[in-house]
Amino acid sequence: MSQATTKTVRGALGDFATPEALLEAVRGLRSRGYTKLDALTPFPIHGMDQALGEKPSRLGYLVAAGGLTGACAALLLQWWTGAVDYPLVVGGKPFFAFEFSVPITFELTVLIAAFAAVLGMLAFNGLPRLYHPVMNASRFKGATNDRFLLVVDAQDPLFDPERTPALLGSLGSEHTEVFED
Amino acid sequence: MADLAIRPQDIDVELNPPLVTGGLTYAGITEKISGITESKTPRAWYIAIGVTGALTGVLGLMIAYLIFTGIGVWGNNSPVGWAWDITNFVFWIGIGHAGTLISAILFLFRQRWRTSINRAAEAMTLFAVACAGIFPLIHVGRPWRAYWLFPLPNTDLNMWQNFRSPLLWDVFAVSTYATVSALFWYVGLIPDLATLRDRAASKIRQWVFGFLSLGWRGSAHHWKHYEMAYLILAGLSTPLVLSVHTIVSFDFAVSVIPGWHTTIFPPYFVAGAIFSGFAMVITLMVIARQTLHLEDLITMKHLENMCKVILATGSIVGYAYAVEFFTAFFSGNPYERFTFINRAAGPYAWAVWTMFTCNVFAPQLFWFKKFRTSIPWMFAISIVVNIGMWFERFVIIVTSLHRDYLPSSWGYFRPTAVDVLTFAGSIGLFLTLFLLFARFLPIIAVSEVKGVLHAQKTGH
Repeated sequence: MSQATTKTVRGALGDFATPEALLEAVRGLRSRGYTKLDALTPFPIHGMDQALGEKPSRLGYLVAAGGLTGACAALLLQWWTGAVDYPLVVGGKPFFAFEFSVPITFELTVLIAAFAAVLGMLAFNGLPRLYHPVMNASRFKGATNDRFLLVVDAQDPLFDPERTPALLGSLGSEHTEVFED
Repeated sequence: MADLAIRPQDIDVELNPPLVTGGLTYAGITEKISGITESKTPRAWYIAIGVTGALTGVLGLMIAYLIFTGIGVWGNNSPVGWAWDITNFVFWIGIGHAGTLISAILFLFRQRWRTSINRAAEAMTLFAVACAGIFPLIHVGRPWRAYWLFPLPNTDLNMWQNFRSPLLWDVFAVSTYATVSALFWYVGLIPDLATLRDRAASKIRQWVFGFLSLGWRGSAHHWKHYEMAYLILAGLSTPLVLSVHTIVSFDFAVSVIPGWHTTIFPPYFVAGAIFSGFAMVITLMVIARQTLHLEDLITMKHLENMCKVILATGSIVGYAYAVEFFTAFFSGNPYERFTFINRAAGPYAWAVWTMFTCNVFAPQLFWFKKFRTSIPWMFAISIVVNIGMWFERFVIIVTSLHRDYLPSSWGYFRPTAVDVLTFAGSIGLFLTLFLLFARFLPIIAVSEVKGVLHAQKTGH
C-alpha cells in the first residue's frame, strides 16, 4: 500500500463494445462539459474527430514545406554542380536547363515530402513514446484488438475519481476503471 | 482527413459480395492474422526457406565470382553490352510496381478490396526493388565505387555526376522509390505492430514489437494525423510509382538506338510494370491464401479483381506492341523498320513470339469468368505472365542491340551459366525475404480490414 500512495490518478477509462456506443458516450461527456477526452480504437472511427472537437490535422503544411525544400535543393544541386562548380560539355547539351532537371527535382520533392509526412506524423503524435500511463489500465490491450475505449484525462476540470467512472458506466461502458501512473 | 466515406449508392458494388466472409469478428481478424506469426513454425516453411536460402547463397557466390573476376563471366559482349543484367533489373523493378499501385492508387480511388492484399503487395514491392537494385550495382563493374552514383563530395572522383544523363535520373528514381515504399509500408504496419505488442506472450516479442510500434495507442489524436499522413503518402506515391518506370524507360528512350528511341516507352513501360506486378501478387497470394487458410480475408472477389487488372493492363501492353510495329512502319526510317522486322523474324523471333503468347494472348482468357475465378488457371496464367514480362525486357534490350548499323557489328547474345545462376539466385532472395515477412509480420493489414468489416456491418 505504501507504493500506492506515491501514485497519482491519471484518468478514467471506459470500455465499449462498438464504435457507435463509444461515439454516443463521447457526445454524452462532451455535452456535460468534459473537454480532455481521448478515444482508443483498433481502427479510425468515422466522425470521432468531430465528436471530440479535434481540429483537422495540419500535417499538410509541413509536407508542403518539405516538398518545397526538396525541389529547391534539387534545382540548386543540379545548377551548382553542373553549371558553376564543374561545367563540362557532354553531347553539346547546356550546363543547366529546367528540362533535364525535372526528373531529379521531382524525385527529391517526393522524397523530402514523404519524410516530412512520416516524421511529422510521429512528432505531432508525440511518438515514439514507449510508455504512457493509460497502458497501466487493465483493459488497454483491447484497444488494439476489438474494444473501443474512452479515456477521460485527470487534468479535465470536471474530472472526479468517483463520479467520472460512474458517469462512464451510466453512458454504457461495460467496464470502468481509474488508471494511475 | 479528407472524407473517404463511401456514398450509399456505392455500397452494393463495393461490399457485395462481402470482402470479409466466414462471419469473422474484429477479434477473429486479430486472432487469424496475429496467430500466423505466433504459432509454431510449420515444417513446410523450413523446407521452403531451405530451398530459397540455398538459391540466395548461389546469388552471393555468383556476385562474389563476378566481382573478383570481372563482367566477362557474363555473356555480355560487343555489340550486346546490356543483356540479362539490365533485363533482370527492369523485370524486378516492374514487379515492384503492383505494391504501390495497390496501396496508393487504389486507396485514392477508394477501392476497399485493396485492404486484404496491400500489406503483402507492399512487402513484395520492397523485396523486388531490393533484387532490382543488385543488378545495375554489379553491372557497373566496380561496385566498391558505387557511391560515385550519388553527388557526394569525395577526393577520388573529383568531379560531379552528369545530371543530364537518364542513368543518373534512374539512380534517384529507384532509390527514392525504395525509400518511400519502405516508409509507406512501415507507417501501415505501426498499428498492427501495436496489436502484436499487446498480444505478446514472451518478453522478446513484447520488447521487439513494443520498440517497433513506437508506443502506438490507437488514440483518436494518433489516428487523425495517421490518416492524414497515409493520405499524403498515397498522394505522393501515386505520381512516384508512375515516374519510376517512366524514368527507367528513359534509359532506353533517350538514346538513339532504333527500337529504343520511341516516345511510347513511358506509358508502355508503366502498363507493363503494373501487369507483371499484379501477376506476381497473384502468384504469391494464391500460395499464401492456400497455405495460411486466408480464404475469408482474401476472397474470390479479391482474386477476380486482380485478374481483371491483369486483363486490362495486358491488353494495353498488347496495344503498345502493335503501336511500336506501326510506328516503325510509318516512320519511314529504314533502321527502325529493320529493327522491328528483325525482331519478329530474325534470330530472336522465338523470344518475341514467346513474349506475345505469354503477355498478349494468355491474359485474354480472363475475359471469361470461369478462368478469372479458377485458382489453378489464374495461378498458371500469372506464372506465364511473369515469364512473358521477363522476355519482353529481354526482347527490348537484346534485339535492339544485337544488330548494330554495320553488319560487321552484328552478334548473337548467349547467356553463360553465371547469368542464369545469378538470375535464379535473385528469385531465391526475393522468395526468402517474402517467406521471412510472411512468418514474422502481419501479412494482412489488420486495422484496415477491421475498418472494412465495420463498413460492411453498418453499411457506411
